[in-house]
Amino acid sequence: MSDQIVVLYFASLREQLGCEREDLELTGGLRTVADIRKYLAQRKGSWQAVFDGSATILSAVNQQMAKGETPIRAGDEIAFFPPVTGG
Amino acid sequence: MIRVQSEDFSVESVYEELRQRAGDCGALVSFVGLVREFGEDDSIQSMTLEHYPGMTEKALVGIAEQAGERWTLSGTTIIHRVGTLYAGEQIVIVATASRHRRDAFEAAEFIMDYLKTDAPFWKKEHTSDGDRWVEQRHSDVHSSKRWQKR
Repeated sequence: MSDQIVVLYFASLREQLGCEREDLELTGGLRTVADIRKYLAQRKGSWQAVFDGSATILSAVNQQMAKGETPIRAGDEIAFFPPVTGG
Repeated sequence: MIRVQSEDFSVESVYEELRQRAGDCGALVSFVGLVREFGEDDSIQSMTLEHYPGMTEKALVGIAEQAGERWTLSGTTIIHRVGTLYAGEQIVIVATASRHRRDAFEAAEFIMDYLKTDAPFWKKEHTSDGDRWVEQRHSDVHSSKRWQKR
């Protein structure tokens, strides 16, 4: 549990990936949001299509909007989602 | 008052609650967003609104706080519904109270504009042609950005 992060996927992303939530082991190379994106894009099929694709994907770390360079630490909650459409 | 809920809300109750809370305010503005019956080229039977529990509420509180720093407000209410909503139903209410109408009008518009681009909600429309996720409108991004120029 000590060096894990939780990753959440919302809306169209959740449907495309067929995944709502997963625990990820925070191995040496994963230090930022951009690192996590690259790691997820390496998975085949829809993961690659989503994370290497042209569609905008937003991210949040611990429920605050994040950027590629935002650092990730053990215990963090990371979320990926499409542009928002409320209101 | 900030709430994300599946239940409908009563405009009258929201108005009365804010009026009581705001005290001697002079101006109270409320905006209600509804589910449109017709999309660009087909009819919308219903929509499902998804949110990010925890982050959505924080984002709304943040937007209300920004409005409070920019305008003189005596109180703010934001209620946004989630779940399945049918054509004609209420989606969101933003209400602002102030001593002066300009502050109340502008703050309500600012909150709605930022809510549309910064609060994690996603709409999926259920139409006669099937289901589709709504895409963010450039005009909404433009509406939100114009507040940065002032």
